[in-house]
Amino acid sequence: MKARHLINYTLHLADNALVLGHRNSEWTGHGPILEQDIALSNIALDLIGQARYLYQYAARLMNAAGDAKSPVTEDQLAYLRDSWDFRNCLLVEQANGDWGTTIVRQFLFSAWQYYFYRELRGSRDGELSAIAEKSLKEVTYHLRWSGEWVIRLGDGTEESHARMEKALDQLWMYTGELFLPADYEQWLVPAGIAVDLAQVQPLWAARVQEVLKEATLTVPTAMAQKGGKQGRHTEQLGYLLAEMQFLQRAYPGCEW
Amino acid sequence: MEPTKTIWSLLETVYDPEVPVLSIVDLGIVRDVRMADGHPEIVITPTYSGCPAMDVIRMNIRMVLLENGYPDIRLTTVLSPAWTTDWMSEKGKQQLKAYGIAPPTPVPIVCDLGLFQHNEAIACPHCGSYHTTMISEFGSTACKALYRCEDCREPFDYFKCH
Repeated sequence: MKARHLINYTLHLADNALVLGHRNSEWTGHGPILEQDIALSNIALDLIGQARYLYQYAARLMNAAGDAKSPVTEDQLAYLRDSWDFRNCLLVEQANGDWGTTIVRQFLFSAWQYYFYRELRGSRDGELSAIAEKSLKEVTYHLRWSGEWVIRLGDGTEESHARMEKALDQLWMYTGELFLPADYEQWLVPAGIAVDLAQVQPLWAARVQEVLKEATLTVPTAMAQKGGKQGRHTEQLGYLLAEMQFLQRAYPGCEW
Repeated sequence: MEPTKTIWSLLETVYDPEVPVLSIVDLGIVRDVRMADGHPEIVITPTYSGCPAMDVIRMNIRMVLLENGYPDIRLTTVLSPAWTTDWMSEKGKQQLKAYGIAPPTPVPIVCDLGLFQHNEAIACPHCGSYHTTMISEFGSTACKALYRCEDCREPFDYFKCH
């Protein structure tokens, strides 16, 4: 039972990183200016790298549990699962929208991921703890970069301010889920493996409020949408997977 | 020579494909070399999680050792403790500078929880001036930031502290 929960938890973290990494990669070649195109592509690369560590670990756990007919690989987990198998939170799968929407999504998620990884470093699971230690250094950059942009655009022109307010209103409803433990987490928290999200929530809220205040933006209130962590997704994820997985499904095992 | 010493010296000839003046030993990603049942085990740690050079580096390590009579090696990747630019050798820093990339500062200034990035005093690798400006915290690769020298007007990469 514990092995199953740990696999699901690892996949949840891997899917978060992969899906946001893929969303950000959609900006590669389309960023508003070259330097920021490169910045977002670098962030995408960090996230996809983190996803790889997590998928590799999940594959090892699945192979050790022996529940697959043939050995599971990281690529199968990324490219051959369908949307109901993905356990990412709803926030990361939301469409890019304009630059401001992408920035708000990144900031809300990086703030969560920063405090989350900080806690996960203390996990009793040595592999998760090592991945967290490694990733935290990268996420620190993501948090500051996205926060700077939130401030720049929120406290910018009338147009940029209005767009940021709109993006916040659109995305805020997906932030509640970041702090709702899924069944697999409820098992792993008392075991000292998973992060207690109740510890992360106030830290996240303080950082978000600090930045939004500096950005002259209003903190929205909205009902929380949930389900992603259990495999119930918004329409957006299907389109993302259709593009991301196309090559492996059309040409199985294709490499370059 | 002890086998592990031979292997360390062979690893000195494996370069980072994206910074081809820097060996992986000088970069600080080789954490250990040990012998197990007559076969070498090489322990490496990645720089950044998404660094595409890591796969090439792994392959090149295997190639160099194969060419030198070690067909059967074990390559182990560890993530903790996480790589830091503090592990870069002094020789490596000098080679970076000669290549036109500003090396990490001796007193590491890493990203923190501050709301805004700090302006670090980074010397231009071309003219030595400290009159430089950061253009972007993310450069051509994850490990570099993009700077411009206000005196010689040349842009340059800074291998940022991590």
